Amino acid sequence: MSVAPIEIERTKPAEESFAVPEPDVPWVTIVHNDPVNLMSYVTYVFQAYFGYSKDKAHKLMLDVHHKGRAVVSSGSREEMERDVQAMHGYGLWATLSQDRT
Amino acid sequence: MSGNFEALPGGGAAVALDEVEISILRSLAVQLLELIGPGDEPAQGEDPLAALFAEGPSERPTDPALARLFPDAYGDDDEELRAAAAEFRRFTENDLRSRKRDDALAVVRSLDGLSAAGEGGAVLKLTHEESLRWLGALNDLRLTIGTRLEVTDEDEMGELYRLPDSDPRKPMVMAYLWLGALQETLVETLMP
Repeated sequence: MSVAPIEIERTKPAEESFAVPEPDVPWVTIVHNDPVNLMSYVTYVFQAYFGYSKDKAHKLMLDVHHKGRAVVSSGSREEMERDVQAMHGYGLWATLSQDRT
Repeated sequence: MSGNFEALPGGGAAVALDEVEISILRSLAVQLLELIGPGDEPAQGEDPLAALFAEGPSERPTDPALARLFPDAYGDDDEELRAAAAEFRRFTENDLRSRKRDDALAVVRSLDGLSAAGEGGAVLKLTHEESLRWLGALNDLRLTIGTRLEVTDEDEMGELYRLPDSDPRKPMVMAYLWLGALQETLVETLMP
């Protein structure tokens, strides 16, 4: 039996040393509006990645479009980093933040 | 430039492209590859495993198009958020670059497969998996060209639509619109 090399830990950004000030407060993934991404494409991404229904994905897309941004998922900081990374993979402009509202 | 993607029975998508369209698409995909930059393959004699553990950059790219392709994951309101964004970038940007590079390469490969068949135009047929790569690459191309054209809101885009033929930005605007139509019809074939 062997022990995994310590470097493997480094591929997980969320486990790095940033202290979470308020562990009970959930984190959210926010998608920001941009003038380039197609509305149909943004809807498709919300369906394909999050598994949202067509109606929910469409409504979220409209929120992004009209309000400039929308919360598309919430959870632990690690989960939200994964979602933001995925959104960037699709070319959507996304950030995560701690939901203090 | 009027090709539209259509869904193929059993999955995948197809589009008719003429010789000029094939050449423009290929050239744009190659330019995107050059913009994204080379991979992190280890140099001759170096440990190939080292690349797996290589850290990416922590600074946002200075080129506006690259900054759009590789945005910050956190807001920049305070020092703590900026540090978190730098940390996130260090551990994720290399993967993201390699994914975008693979998408653009997939476009070049499918177009080269077509050119080999020869005789002017051709019908490009994509598998479902290739469609996803094309979708990513078309979006990255539009983000890049949109940034270069400084598309900042829908109104300004309206102005770009009406550029006179003499405007030097005209060819790029035409390419941008055409890529938009290709992407729009490709998305439609993928909608569940």
